[in-house]
Amino acid sequence: MFKTKDLLGIKDLTADEINHILDTASGFKDVLARDIKKVPALRGKTVVNLFFEPSTRTRTSFELAAKRLSTDVVNFSVTTSSITKGETLRDTALSIQALGADFVVVRHGTAGVPHFLSGVLKASVINAGDGTNEHPTQALLDFFTIRSHKGKIEGLNVVIVGDIAHSRVAKSNIYGLIKLGANVRLICPPTLMPAEINKRNVEVFNSIEQGIKDADVVMALRIQMERQGKGFFPSLEEYFDLYGLTGERLRLAKDDAIVMHPGPINRGVEIASDVADGRQSVVLEQVTNGLAVRMAVLYLLSGVKE
Amino acid sequence: MPGKEILNSKEIERALTRIAHEIIERNKGTETLCLIGIQRGGVYLAGRLASCIQSIEGAHIDTGILDITFYRDDLYSKKDQPVVRTTDIPFSVTGKTVVIVDDVLFTGRSIRAAMDALIDFGRPAAIQLAVLIDRGHRELPIRADYVGKNIPTHFSDMVEVFLKEEGKEDKVVLISEQ
Amino acid sequence: MNIINILIKNGRVIDPSQDIDGTYEVFIEGGKIQGLYPQGKGPKAEKSIDASGCIVIPGLVDMHVHLRDPGFEYKETIQTGTMAAVRGGFTSVCCMPNTNPVNDNKTVTEFILRKTYAEGSCYVYPIGTITKGQKGEELAEMGMMKKAGCVAFSDDGKPVTDSLVMRRALEYSRIFDVPVISHCEDLRLSDGGVINEGFISTNLGLKGIPKAAEEVMVARDIALCELTGGRLHIAHVSTEGSVRLIRDAKARGINVTAETCPHYFSLAEDAVRNYNTNAKVNPPLRTERDIEAIKKGLKDNTIDVIATDHAPHHVDDKSNKEFDAASFGISGLETAFSLGLKLVEKGVFGLKELIIKMSLTPSRILKISKGTLAVNADGDITIINIGREFTVDAGKFLSKGKNTPFDGWRLKGAVVKTIARGRVYEWE
Repeated sequence: MFKTKDLLGIKDLTADEINHILDTASGFKDVLARDIKKVPALRGKTVVNLFFEPSTRTRTSFELAAKRLSTDVVNFSVTTSSITKGETLRDTALSIQALGADFVVVRHGTAGVPHFLSGVLKASVINAGDGTNEHPTQALLDFFTIRSHKGKIEGLNVVIVGDIAHSRVAKSNIYGLIKLGANVRLICPPTLMPAEINKRNVEVFNSIEQGIKDADVVMALRIQMERQGKGFFPSLEEYFDLYGLTGERLRLAKDDAIVMHPGPINRGVEIASDVADGRQSVVLEQVTNGLAVRMAVLYLLSGVKE
Repeated sequence: MPGKEILNSKEIERALTRIAHEIIERNKGTETLCLIGIQRGGVYLAGRLASCIQSIEGAHIDTGILDITFYRDDLYSKKDQPVVRTTDIPFSVTGKTVVIVDDVLFTGRSIRAAMDALIDFGRPAAIQLAVLIDRGHRELPIRADYVGKNIPTHFSDMVEVFLKEEGKEDKVVLISEQ
Repeated sequence: MNIINILIKNGRVIDPSQDIDGTYEVFIEGGKIQGLYPQGKGPKAEKSIDASGCIVIPGLVDMHVHLRDPGFEYKETIQTGTMAAVRGGFTSVCCMPNTNPVNDNKTVTEFILRKTYAEGSCYVYPIGTITKGQKGEELAEMGMMKKAGCVAFSDDGKPVTDSLVMRRALEYSRIFDVPVISHCEDLRLSDGGVINEGFISTNLGLKGIPKAAEEVMVARDIALCELTGGRLHIAHVSTEGSVRLIRDAKARGINVTAETCPHYFSLAEDAVRNYNTNAKVNPPLRTERDIEAIKKGLKDNTIDVIATDHAPHHVDDKSNKEFDAASFGISGLETAFSLGLKLVEKGVFGLKELIIKMSLTPSRILKISKGTLAVNADGDITIINIGREFTVDAGKFLSKGKNTPFDGWRLKGAVVKTIARGRVYEWE
């Protein structure tokens, strides 16, 4: 099924491959509903979480997913590593290899680092977020969540609103949703729109009222606080005023539209509190699904023969 | 390669009816009994056994589906990507006598995986095994409690079970390399 | 090694400075050209070179290289950099001042020239900084550096962001009649970008550098050049917009010249796919449209010069690093002529024009007596088998910098002999 030992991005996957991961994740979701939530599938394997950027949620999700598959997990984060001492990325990669890792889950602030590691390491490399490039497992859990609510993805109106230019979550979602046949709409101020994204099969809106109309899925992205004062928008207040996902705006979407957010949420910045907690919100479900999807990815990659 | 038919539709039905009777007899009724079929062939056979037992005893019998993919020991040696199928055991197995149902018993590794999986769902009072075909070549100390038919085979032979639930005509075929 | 006199026979001699293109014998004695003779008429010489099937041209002049010496000798030295130069057919190179210490005073200039004399294979003409410490604040001592041997001034690698400082530089440099070479980049606009801004940067998730980052500064510097009457030379032109601005400035009679580099007419931005750090260069590789505009600019002489911007780096600064952290730059000396030859093959211009842009014009801009085979000129000669194909093998570069996006390319135009500083360098 998979051509390579690695999961570097949604860009590299076919629709069939994505669906196979989602199908496998369904099996793991059942496992997670049991009393004993652990299976012996990857017993004896070692997963290294190599995080060059702080992350609690994704790292924890991968860690738990790996443990539920009976692997041994080692967390290797930048604060405890020797990266700061002038070691090149290649050196770091090779020392991880020497530890005998079977999987390296990597997050890095620079796009392409997982691709770099994939060339250096024999282990399977899983991209847990690289710069503003991709965050494939987050997108996969989003697809899984959409599919479990809507039964399919093809033909759905999926709206992504927020800081798309700096969001690897948005990028992975855009690439995958197009492959799966959704109508993808992007809503944000022009200052936060990625360059020439309109060359992809997406619709671009600067007004949330226009873009959200008849949406089946509304995905709000986190606004990084550090974007404030960088000239992308005048203030968080104005951002919320123009682009905040409020109940009133949500009413323009379909009645049964679901509201998603990759977390962590800034209430009152990109999403109103009552919407985040409202009946249409599936935010917490996304977190649970993340575990199942990451188990599926680890599991399927371990079966790849090169 | 056309194989040799070793069981036809009628013979399969007879074997299952006999096994149903044996299960009832050995367990002195169906009170704490449940059936769990292993994906995929075992699921259909478990269903047939359940309705057979019900028509004999007149009592409902719990039936579940088990996918053993996550418990297999051959993930790293198989050529193809594993395909995960549904597991559905909508009742507690704790304290039950669980009859695992599979189509063909060969090395015993699937049954080992099935028992490991089952134990993750609870603590059965006992586990028994029913198979349509036992073709020998065990690699683990596992034996079936109920067997439809014993067939001597070469290790490299293939035994294929066709069932009408999959849109085929019921039959069991032995395919030999030579 | 030093040979008293040399006769180069049977080659096609092309010397645009004298409008010569034909089979001649070139006689060199005492390191100087003694004359061109018809076939069989050349004087007897101690060494005779058979240049059959080759062109014999004035040694190439590269007005934009980084020799990294002093300070970054692990990337390149004057010795290795000048070896790479002669391997690529260059007999004169101008080294940019962003060394450590930077070449912002005559002591560093003198150091470079002394070291060149001791271990260089070709001539090196230092370029001094525009501002002290390359900080963009106060003018460096151009006068004393000029006397010590600097031929131009540039803060290359960094733009002079302060427009007033740039104005003063263009004004003050008029005393010495030297070009001020501008690295045109608005750092606020490039804002930490690493590749061209556009579909590819979005697709790779890398930060883009918009074309406007270059064009804004080209426009500013042209305005300042017009204001001051100084001599402005725009380094490494990479965009269609810059070509348009320069063309317009020239049409209005402004004293501006410009260069581009082989990678800007040979490669588009997609060369960085798979996060290939060897294609990371500043300004970044642009689009097919820009490539076409640059070719047009070369053809109509909007762009006067092809320079390499030879920027050698150690592998630990390039492919052993993640893309954002990797250094900008391409090791360009050993592929430049062959990449230029592709333009001749494509009919952008003739062989003569290529030689002009890689030898005669840079010499004139720098006011150095190179780029000619006239009698009494320095005997700097490059002999190239323009029909012979070869495969670029970065591992065999004489430069310490193996950082090239052209590794494995099949190119035509093998440099077989370079004669510089009275020495003959030969390759099979």
